[in-house]
Order: sequence, then structure tokens, then C-alpha cells
Amino acid sequence: MSSLQGYLLLSALLFAVGLAGALTRRNAILVLIGIELMLNSANLNFIAFWRYGPAPAALTGIMFAIFSIGIAAAEAAVGLAIILAAYRHSGTTDLDEMNSLKG
Amino acid sequence: MTASFLILALLTVAGTAAAMGLRNAVHCVLALTLGFAGIAALYLQLGAQFVGLAQIMVYVGAVAILAVFAIMMTHKPGQAEASVFSSHWIAGGVVAAAVFAVLAWAIASSEAVFQLLPPQPDVTVQKIGDALMHRFVLPLEIMGLLLTAALIGAVVIAMDRKEETK
Repeated sequence: MSSLQGYLLLSALLFAVGLAGALTRRNAILVLIGIELMLNSANLNFIAFWRYGPAPAALTGIMFAIFSIGIAAAEAAVGLAIILAAYRHSGTTDLDEMNSLKG
Repeated sequence: MTASFLILALLTVAGTAAAMGLRNAVHCVLALTLGFAGIAALYLQLGAQFVGLAQIMVYVGAVAILAVFAIMMTHKPGQAEASVFSSHWIAGGVVAAAVFAVLAWAIASSEAVFQLLPPQPDVTVQKIGDALMHRFVLPLEIMGLLLTAALIGAVVIAMDRKEETK
């Protein structure tokens, strides 16, 4: 097993853990955290491919990861704000109880 | 495949799995910081120092704190939850396991992964700054605009509207 393969497998495992959390948790905040984990696993792929790629001096992988981290931060802030607004509206963060589209 | 990689991978997977499985939401975020720190250490091991430190600052520093604040603001004391997992948890777990199986199969059968490690590139912060200011200046500007819009949008969405009607 080469070491790039190790990084890719770890990234796939992190993605699966994040996906499992996003699909199975009841708390909306933890679902958002699962999505953050999936974004992180994609970042790990960017960095691993950059390091093992043919032209690491071009810095493209690092740039992609930096912009991806910035976008994930914006997503986390807006997502948590939406969860707070939904909590204020419905009084719960339990996704099984958030089952109405109107009012 | 070195011992340090195995230790960091184990730490990261343990932290993230605990973050997705623990009962108390605050404990979940604490375990999540362990997972994020493990990913940052993997970045450092891959030679991407700037990204590793940005990961620590953004995720361990900001996102985890934000999540703890949101959990504390939405926490109801004395709330006895029947289960932390939703009613469709079996389907969700099966989907996640299937996604991992497909990804692992694709990685294991790919021939692109048998590359040798190229020599360590000399990545200084000055080079990253040069690239951000020359080749990637337009994405940088768009990122600044996006972050400003997200900041304003988050404040507007989370604002308590009851004050306006009074």
C-alpha cells in the first residue's frame, strides 16, 4: 500500500463518518458538523494530491484547500444562524420534530 | 505508510467517530476538535504548514467555538432524549457504508496512487502570499466578498425580529 493510498483511504473513511453523522443524528447542529467533516476530508484529498502530484511547486492544491477552508467557514456561520432561526421559530433542534414547511 | 501517519490517522478517526456517536452534544464538539487537530497534523506531515495552521485557527479555534455556542443557546435543561439518532438511522448508516465501500474500491483499484513521493517543495508563506496577490487575486477578492456577505447574512438571519415589531 503506497502512502498516497493511505491518505485517500483515510479521507474516504472521514467522508463516510461525516456522511453517517449527517444522515443519522437528530440534532441539527451535529448534522452541520457532519457536513463540516465531509468538507475536511475533501481538503485532505486536495493536500494529498498536491503533495504527490507532478508539480507541487505550483501551489494549486494549497490554494484550493485555503479557499475551501474559507468557504467552509462561511457555510458554518450561515448554517448555524439558520439553525438558531429555526430553533427560535419551532423551539427545537430535533430534526425528527421539524416536519412542517409552513408555520 | 509510516508509524506517525498511522497514529495520526487513528487519532483522527477516533475523534471524528466519537464526535458523530457520543450522546452529549458538547462532548461531541470536544471530540471533534481532536479530529480537526489530527487533520491539521496530517497537513503538517504532508508539508503544507500554512494550511495546517489555518486549519487549527479556523476549525479548532472558530468553528468548534461557534458550534459550542449554538449548542448552549439551543440546549434545554432536563430534556430527556429518547435517542440521539433519527428514526431513519439504519438507512443512513447503510448509505454511508456503501459510499465508503465504493470509494475504497475505487482507491484500491486505481493505478494513479502508486506514485513515488516527489521531493519536498519549498513552500514559504511568502510564496503563498505572492501567489495570492498575483495569480489568485480574483478568487481572493471573491472570497473576501463571500465572507462579508456571509457575516452580514448570518447576523440578519439570526437576529431576533421581535425587537422590530415593538
